[in-house]
Amino acid sequence: MNLLRGYIPERGVADELLDAAGHIRPVWQSFMEYLAAMSPEELQKRTARGDHYLRDAGVYYRQYNAGISSELEWPLSHVPILINEADWASISAGLMQRADLLEAVCRDLYGPNLLVEEGYLPASLIAESREWLRPLVGVTPRGGHFLNFVAFEIGRGPDGAWWVLGDRTQAPSGVGFALQNRVATARIFADHYAQAHVHRLAGFFRCFRDALNGMRNQQTNRVSILTPGPLNETYFEHAYIARYLGFGLLEGEDLTFEDGELMVRTVAGPLPIDVLWRRLDSNFADPLELDPQSKLGTPGLVAAVRRGSVTLVNALGSGILEIRALQAFLPRISERLLDQPLMLPNIATWWCGQEAEASHVLAHAGRMLIGEALSTSLPFDPDPHAPPRPDHDALKRALQANGAGYVGQEVVTLSTTPALVDGVLRPRPMSLRVFLARTPTGWEVMPGGYARIGRTDDSTALSMRRGGSAADVWIVSAKPVRQDTMLATPGEPFLRALPGMLPSRAADNLFWLGRYVERAEGHLRLLRALHLRLSEDPDGGHPTIALLRDLLEARGLDSDVPVPEGFLGTLDAAVHSASKIRDRFSVDGWTALNDLSKTARRFAKTLSEGDDTARATGVLLRKVSGFTGLVHENMYRFVGWRFMSIGRALERSQFMLANLIAMGAPDAPDGALDLAVEIADSAMTHRRRYAVSTNRETVLDLLALDALNPRAILYSVNEMQQHVSFLPGSDPVSQKSPLERAVLRMHADLAVLTAETLDKAALVSLQQQAYALSDMISAAYFK
Amino acid sequence: MLYDIRLRMGYDFGKAAASGRQQLRIVPRSVPGRQRVIANVLELQPRPHERVDSMDFFGNSVVETAYRAVKGGLSLHLQARIERDFTPPTLDLSPKLEGFDALVRRQRSLGPRSPHHFTGPSPRLPPDPAIREYARRKTQGSMTVLEAATALNQALYDDMRFDPDATHVDTPATEAFANRHGVCQDFTHIMITALRALGVPAGYVSGFLRTHPPEGQARLEGADAMHAWVMAWCGEEAGWVELDPTNGIAVASDHVVVAVGRDYGDVAPVSGVLKLSGKQVITQAVDVIAVSGSE
Repeated sequence: MNLLRGYIPERGVADELLDAAGHIRPVWQSFMEYLAAMSPEELQKRTARGDHYLRDAGVYYRQYNAGISSELEWPLSHVPILINEADWASISAGLMQRADLLEAVCRDLYGPNLLVEEGYLPASLIAESREWLRPLVGVTPRGGHFLNFVAFEIGRGPDGAWWVLGDRTQAPSGVGFALQNRVATARIFADHYAQAHVHRLAGFFRCFRDALNGMRNQQTNRVSILTPGPLNETYFEHAYIARYLGFGLLEGEDLTFEDGELMVRTVAGPLPIDVLWRRLDSNFADPLELDPQSKLGTPGLVAAVRRGSVTLVNALGSGILEIRALQAFLPRISERLLDQPLMLPNIATWWCGQEAEASHVLAHAGRMLIGEALSTSLPFDPDPHAPPRPDHDALKRALQANGAGYVGQEVVTLSTTPALVDGVLRPRPMSLRVFLARTPTGWEVMPGGYARIGRTDDSTALSMRRGGSAADVWIVSAKPVRQDTMLATPGEPFLRALPGMLPSRAADNLFWLGRYVERAEGHLRLLRALHLRLSEDPDGGHPTIALLRDLLEARGLDSDVPVPEGFLGTLDAAVHSASKIRDRFSVDGWTALNDLSKTARRFAKTLSEGDDTARATGVLLRKVSGFTGLVHENMYRFVGWRFMSIGRALERSQFMLANLIAMGAPDAPDGALDLAVEIADSAMTHRRRYAVSTNRETVLDLLALDALNPRAILYSVNEMQQHVSFLPGSDPVSQKSPLERAVLRMHADLAVLTAETLDKAALVSLQQQAYALSDMISAAYFK
Repeated sequence: MLYDIRLRMGYDFGKAAASGRQQLRIVPRSVPGRQRVIANVLELQPRPHERVDSMDFFGNSVVETAYRAVKGGLSLHLQARIERDFTPPTLDLSPKLEGFDALVRRQRSLGPRSPHHFTGPSPRLPPDPAIREYARRKTQGSMTVLEAATALNQALYDDMRFDPDATHVDTPATEAFANRHGVCQDFTHIMITALRALGVPAGYVSGFLRTHPPEGQARLEGADAMHAWVMAWCGEEAGWVELDPTNGIAVASDHVVVAVGRDYGDVAPVSGVLKLSGKQVITQAVDVIAVSGSE
C-alpha cells in the first residue's frame, strides 16, 4: 500500500493505526482499504474539497501573535481518527465518573469545604487561585448543578491505556469546531462515511439543546450563548453553535439585572432571560463583584445567580477545577467522595508545596513538565508563565523558595495517528478532546470529538498556535448506527419559533453596517466620476473636477489619491460592524464584504489616477452590489434587517441631499447637473423620461421627488417610513412614536414640494431632518 | 466604649444623569469578641430603585443599590451605635517567625477568618522585591511574629511621610513605598505586602477613628474621613492582631471596624459602575463620638 510506505511509528509509542506487531488494527481495516483504492489525484481532489468547504463555511480561529490578532484558516488534518465502540465505551464510563467527581469537588469547594478540612486538599491552593470566587461561596446554583457541559483532554500512553491530560470546566471550547471537522471530513470521504457505521453527532447536540431549553422558567425565554465577543479566539464557534442550536448570542453589555430579574436589552425593551451558556471566563462576567477591570461583563450577574434568577452553564467559579495542581489530589479525592478509584487515571502530578513531592520532582526533573501550580492551561498549551526550562540548581532554588507555586507533571508520550503529509501518511502525536453534556437522565458523551494533531513528531507541538492541526474522530460500530438528526422525530409537528429578540447592540451594528456600506458606495461613485473626468482631461481643467474634489474632501477623502484612506476606513468600519453580528447574516455575505475590503486595499497599492482608477471603482461598485444583493435577497425579514435597511436608506438620502445642494446650486459649474444624474446612475432614465437635456427642474424631479427612482430622496424616505412602521413601539392603532412622526414630517415636507419650489433652503432643511433621524433612532433603540 | 457614628457622603454630578449598580461597604460590622453593632441606619437620598442589604464572604455588611437615571447627585447618611471594647493582650502569644509559614500551611480552613486568604498576593497587592527587602531589614532580630509586625508598624510610621495629596485611590503600593509617602491606604497596603513577604498573613481593615481623643492624647491622623489599618495573623493563640502604621500604634478601642478584606479592593466603601456623563464631586464627613459615661 503506497500510502503507508514510510509509516513507521516510533518505538515505545502506541499508534492508533498499527498494533505492536505492525498490523492494521481491525477498526481501521475497511477505511484503509478504501483509502488505498483511491488514486493520489483523487485523494488530493477530495481533501481540497474539504478545505474548500471550510473556507466557504467561514471557519476560522483567531490567533494572537506579538500583539497582532489575525483570523486564520482552519487547519484540518484530513484523516480522521478511528476508535472502536468498545474502547469508546470504557473511555466514556471513565469520563462520566470524572465529571461526577468534579461536580462533587466543586460542590464541596463552594460549600462545606470538607476536602480542605479533612486534609484532602491544601487550603492555600484554593485560597490563592483567582478561579475560586469568594462571592460565590455558599451559593448553590439554580438547578443544583455546577457543571452541565465539560470537556476532557485525553491521550493514549505507550501501554495503550488512556490518560486524562486536563479538565475543561470553565467554558470548554471546541464543540463547534468538532462539528465542522465532521462535516468537512464526511464530505471528503462521503461514499465511505455513509456506510462505515460511524456514530453521528447530531443526537448529542439535540440532547444538550433540549436539556438547556428544559432549564428555562418560561418557554418564551430564549437560551443564549454569552460570548466575550468577536476578538475572542473561538468567536466563530460561538456564533456557529448559536445558529446551529437556535440559541441567541449575547455579550455582557446586552444584559442587565433589574428588580431581581436578568434581562436582555433589546430594541423592544428589556426581555427576561434565564439560561446562559457561558463562554466567557468567570472573572470577566461581573465587574461589580468579580474583576472590576472587566469590560466584558454584566454588573449584577453574580447577584442574579445568588438570587437564583439565572442558570449559567457552567456555574461561575467552575474554573477552580482546572488548576493543574488539583490533579495531584484527585485520585485520593475520588476514593473519599465517590468511594471508587479513578477509572481513567490522570496525568501523574506532584504538587511541590509538599517536601517529599518537591524532592521527587527535582530528582526526576528530566521527565517532568514543570509549571505553575495554579495555571489552568493544558499541559501541551504554550504557557506564557511557565519558567524557561531551568537548570537543576535554578530549579532547586525555585522549588525551595516557592514550592507551593509549582507542579511537576510526568511527560506522557502520546500515541500517534496517521496524518497526510505530502500525499503520504505519517505518524503524528495526537490528543483528544471529549465533550460531555448533562441531560435530565445523566451525562451524554459526544460520540467522537476533537483531535489535536502535532505538526511534527514532537508532542509539544500539538497546539494549533504552534502549527498543529485538528482532526475528526470516528467512533466506529460493528453494526449500522442510527441516522440521527437535530429533529426529535421526523414528521413530528413543529412550532415555528417566534422571531427572536434583537439585542440593541446587534441592531446598532446592523444599522451602521447598512450606513457604512451605502457610504462606501457613495464614495466610489464620486471617485469614479472624478477619475473618468481625469482620464479625459488629465490637466484637471474641467470645472466639475474641482467640484468633485470639494465633495470628496468634504467627506474626509483625499482627492489626490486614487483610493483614499478615508474610503478604506469606511470599509473597515463596515467589516467591523459586521464582525459583531456574524451570527445574524450569511457566510456568503461576510465573504463578499471581506472580499470587497481586501480588493480595495490591494487596489490602493497599485492604482494610478484616471482611467485605471475609474475602471477599478467599477469593479468595486460591482462588489458592493454583490454584497447588498446577497444580503437583501437572502436575509430573513426580521427586525434586524429593517434596521440595516433604514441605515442604508438614511445614508442614501443624505448622500443625495449633499449632492443636490452642491450640484443644483445656481452657481454650480457647467455639467454639474449631468454629473448629479451620472452619479445617481440615472442618465438613461432621465433621457427616457424628459426627452430634453438636463435642467435644474428635471434633475430635481428625478433625483429628489420621483417615488419610483430608487436613488431619489422620496424613495428613500418612503422606505424608511415603511420600515419604521414595523419597528417595536410602532403599531397602527396607538399613537405614533416620535420617530414615526419625524419620518412622516420629512416625507410630508418633501412630498408637497415641486421641482420649482425645492430650493436650497428646502434641501438644507431636509438634510437637517435626516441628521436628526439618526440620533432619534439611536436614542430610541440602541441605548 | 460606646460610639455614635455619623457619616455623610455626597456625590454631586451636576446636570448629568447617573445609573448603575454599586456596592457600599460603609456600615460597620461586628467583630466577635471586640466589636458589637447596636444599631445601624443607612439612608440614601434619593432612594435607590433597588436596595439589598447582605453580607459578603468576609462577613462585611454590604448594601447593594441600583439607580436608574438619577439627576443632580446622591447622598448617603449613616448613623450607627457601636460598642467597641478591646485591649490588646500584653503577653506575646505569637509563635516564632522562623518556621511560621509551615504553621500557616497546616491550617485546614477556608472560612472567612482563615489566614489562607491573606497569605498570597491579592488583586491589588502583587509581591514587591523592594518592600520584601525592607521588611527583612526592619525585622532583623525579631523573634516572634508579633514582634516582627510591631517592628514593621513602627518602621513605616517612622520612614513614611503622611501626605494626603501625594497619592490617589489607585496608587500601587510599590509607588507609594518608593516615594515613602501617602495616606492610610498606602501605609496599610505597604505593610500588608511586607508582612506577606515574611510569610505572615495580613489583611486590610477599613473603619473609623474616634474624632476627639481622650483627655491628654493627640488627635490621630485619619479621624476626619474613613481610615484604614492592618490586621496580621499571629498564630492560633494570638489570632488576628490589628496595627495602625499611619499612627504607629496597636489598635485598641479607638478604632471602629467597618470591613475587612485582602486589600482595598475587597473593602472599597463605594464600588461599582455609576455611569456618569459629568464630573462627580464627593464630599465626606465623619463624626465618631464617644457616648459620655461609657468610658
